[in-house]
Amino acid sequence: MAIKKFAVACYDDEAVLFPAVEKVRHSGYKLHDVYTPFPVHGLDVALGHKESDLHVAGFCFGITGTATALSFMSWVFTKDWSINYGGKPFFALPAFIPITFELTVMFAAVGMVLTYCYLNQIMPGVKKHIFHPRQTDDLFVVAIEITDPAAELEIIDFLKTTGATETNVQVAEEGWWYGRWDKEEEYQKQQLA
Amino acid sequence: MITERFEVPSRFRNTGIVLLVIGIATLLGGLLGLLTGNEHDQTRFWIVLLQNSVFFLFITAASIFIQAAAGLAQGGWIVSYRRVPEAIGANVWIFGVIALVVLFSIVFGLGDHNPIFHWVHPHGDKVLEGKSAFLNKGMFAGFSIVTVALWSWFGRKFRAMSLAQEVAPRNSTKIYWKMVALSGAFLFVYALTMMSTVPWYWIMSIDAHWYSTLFSWYVFASSFVSGMALILLFVVFLKNRGNLEIVTKEHIHDLGKFMFAFSIFWTYLWFAQFMLIWYANMPEETTYFKIRMQGPYSFFFFANLVLNFVMPILILMTRPSKRNYFTVVFMAMTIIFGHWIDFYVMTMPGPMQENWHMSWYEMGIPAGFIGILMLAVAKTISKANVIPVNNPLLKETLIHVS
Repeated sequence: MAIKKFAVACYDDEAVLFPAVEKVRHSGYKLHDVYTPFPVHGLDVALGHKESDLHVAGFCFGITGTATALSFMSWVFTKDWSINYGGKPFFALPAFIPITFELTVMFAAVGMVLTYCYLNQIMPGVKKHIFHPRQTDDLFVVAIEITDPAAELEIIDFLKTTGATETNVQVAEEGWWYGRWDKEEEYQKQQLA
Repeated sequence: MITERFEVPSRFRNTGIVLLVIGIATLLGGLLGLLTGNEHDQTRFWIVLLQNSVFFLFITAASIFIQAAAGLAQGGWIVSYRRVPEAIGANVWIFGVIALVVLFSIVFGLGDHNPIFHWVHPHGDKVLEGKSAFLNKGMFAGFSIVTVALWSWFGRKFRAMSLAQEVAPRNSTKIYWKMVALSGAFLFVYALTMMSTVPWYWIMSIDAHWYSTLFSWYVFASSFVSGMALILLFVVFLKNRGNLEIVTKEHIHDLGKFMFAFSIFWTYLWFAQFMLIWYANMPEETTYFKIRMQGPYSFFFFANLVLNFVMPILILMTRPSKRNYFTVVFMAMTIIFGHWIDFYVMTMPGPMQENWHMSWYEMGIPAGFIGILMLAVAKTISKANVIPVNNPLLKETLIHVS
């Protein structure tokens, strides 16, 4: 995936972070992401994130599970291998309900976990670029994607005015990678140099 | 103004009075029917009263339960409309007294050949004699009186404590912690009454030969979801009147979630009870469902499932519908009506068999109960400030995001 250049700013306080995020959003620069050591309430609103459509995906997965369970059991017990269980009808709907329910829940749960991982580009074994080693410890890190190489210094100057304790420019890769990442990064760095 | 008080609007009061008059007229009409001495009319008279008095007692007692649950969990979300469950809970004693009068009239007044509670005199019935250690007049009366007394006391106590908090010194949490402790005590009481013994005595013993151990849980789910719907109706009414400005869509969303989630919970219990009996297919158990599902009550049986499961799951599933005042009010009324039908299906088939009625008497009696509920709760709400200004969790409820 694409190698990009990022302007990175570190903040040491939540109270400084919020106005800074607001300023970045109003400045028109492309905000890549904000990394915080703990979940910050209201940050999603400050970042302008809309509510995700994950629950729609969950509904679709659930319906798929319902349909799978009901259709499979109906086919097995009426067409493929009908067995008389205690004089019950072959199409014994009440007996199918618990299995249908379980499969609905399982499809929805597993499907939503995978969708969530895809949307956030996370997965066990996936390597992600760490903008600052202390971003999971005690620093709030804001990363801006530099879309125009000429504006690099301007963005850094702007970030300094927002109260950042530390600023730098990093070349990193965003997205979903498994395994080849280190080699790729070295190669791309040479190319950029 | 945040301190504005609620005044009962004359239209609301008149509606309540009209409904109450309809209820009393229906009751008198039913009493006239009793004079003819027809046994069938007598059974109908008492079973409808039992169904409605128990239903309204249970859905109002659910308000005490939600206060206690939120109180013990120290939930701030309920504080913005706390006065509504408080006012409903403070009036539980009215429905408790009515239910006691009805139940005791049936148990002690209808003689040994009791058309509703067969267990009053087993007449050599081995099954009923085996259950007589639990199902007898003394135990029934004791459990009923203790239950109603405790529920009434806690309902009034919670409201009294909340009102005392208003005049307590600012930032004083003495009453708050007492409320937390009493909430735990009430949950204990509620678990031993509503969630176990009381529905067995009051409803399940109508079909005295049949039993189901999770019956009380199922009745609890039924009454709790209707209780939350009842709270929502009052909250939206007060909000529309402009008395509850601090209630936002976030709080309405919470109540919508409760109605949605506990409709599913009710279905789970209803189905768990049904499926095991259907699967095991033992004659003494399936008779209960035979008359309800395949017999004359099949319409109500399936209407029950549509009103209380299919409609809530389809309509209340999406987030926007739980934040829309029209859909939540519509669904609250559907749920209350649906669970009233549920109680009808629980109580009627036992004594009435295939001779069911759904006409003036069955409709008029609940009208009277709704009238009492409207008048009593609105009067209680109007007696104090609608917003608990001095509650320690007020800020939490103002910034609450669902």
